[in-house]
Amino acid sequence: MKSAVVLLPGLNRDRDMIAALTKISGQAPATVWQTDTEIPDVDLIAIPGGFSFGDYLRCGAIAARMPVMRAVAEKAAKGVTVIGVCNGFQILVEAGLLPGALMRNASLKFVCRQVKLQIANANTMFTRRYQPGQVIRSPVAHHDGNYFADAETLARLEGEGQVVFRYAEGTNPNGSINDIAGIVNDKGNVLGLMPHPENLIEAAHGGNDGRALFESALGLAA
Amino acid sequence: MKARITVTLKNAVLDPQGKAIEHALSGLGFDGVGQVRQGKVFDIELTGTDKAKAEADLKAMCDKLLANTVIENYSVAIT
Repeated sequence: MKSAVVLLPGLNRDRDMIAALTKISGQAPATVWQTDTEIPDVDLIAIPGGFSFGDYLRCGAIAARMPVMRAVAEKAAKGVTVIGVCNGFQILVEAGLLPGALMRNASLKFVCRQVKLQIANANTMFTRRYQPGQVIRSPVAHHDGNYFADAETLARLEGEGQVVFRYAEGTNPNGSINDIAGIVNDKGNVLGLMPHPENLIEAAHGGNDGRALFESALGLAA
Repeated sequence: MKARITVTLKNAVLDPQGKAIEHALSGLGFDGVGQVRQGKVFDIELTGTDKAKAEADLKAMCDKLLANTVIENYSVAIT
């Protein structure tokens, strides 16, 4: 399965994402730069975490207006799988590819720790290798992961099963509404999540809880 | 022409930074401080002279970049 990783100035988890995709898919992802207007023919596009454009204006706001994001939107509309992690989630939200907004953590503090995630919907292309309700571990590292959506949007997300990951067992690190950690778009091919599953894919990481997410998204057999 | 754009959080949106400032003001002994909401101000210089066009452009700038209309309101003032 072919993949591509979006590169933007200020991202710092791009190497982690490239390493994870290389190890899990068996081939190195293509990389696309912010000014690229075309993305190669791939099955999966990943937008890594970091601090694109120094988080100026709003996290992800400037990145979301770069030419490469128009190309991502076109690919997403054609059904290509898109994953945005952390800053990547913020960028997808700012680009309008996912609903809602990510606000400053309720504690006002940067959180960098491991949380527990509950699989809120195991019937998505990103979670089919997990069990419904399964609780996995995942690192988080962010200052603005406090998910917000208006009541109508939230009801739609909950009603349509678009909430995919929830912070479990009182581990909500940021005040996110309904403990939301990750959502998909209405077509189900675009995922955004604040936690970093790419940092928990092998024994050297202390566990591989995040690996099944990539295996699911890449359509790999169990 | 100069313009000032003010971006504020919508009322329904919680503002943890405003809340922290509110507590800090109380801590400094300022009595009678009610709710505090934090926003942003952009001062923009424009080279054109057509005020109507400038206003339309500034609103488009807000919608496309300066404000996230999911959570923020904006107002435009040309001076």
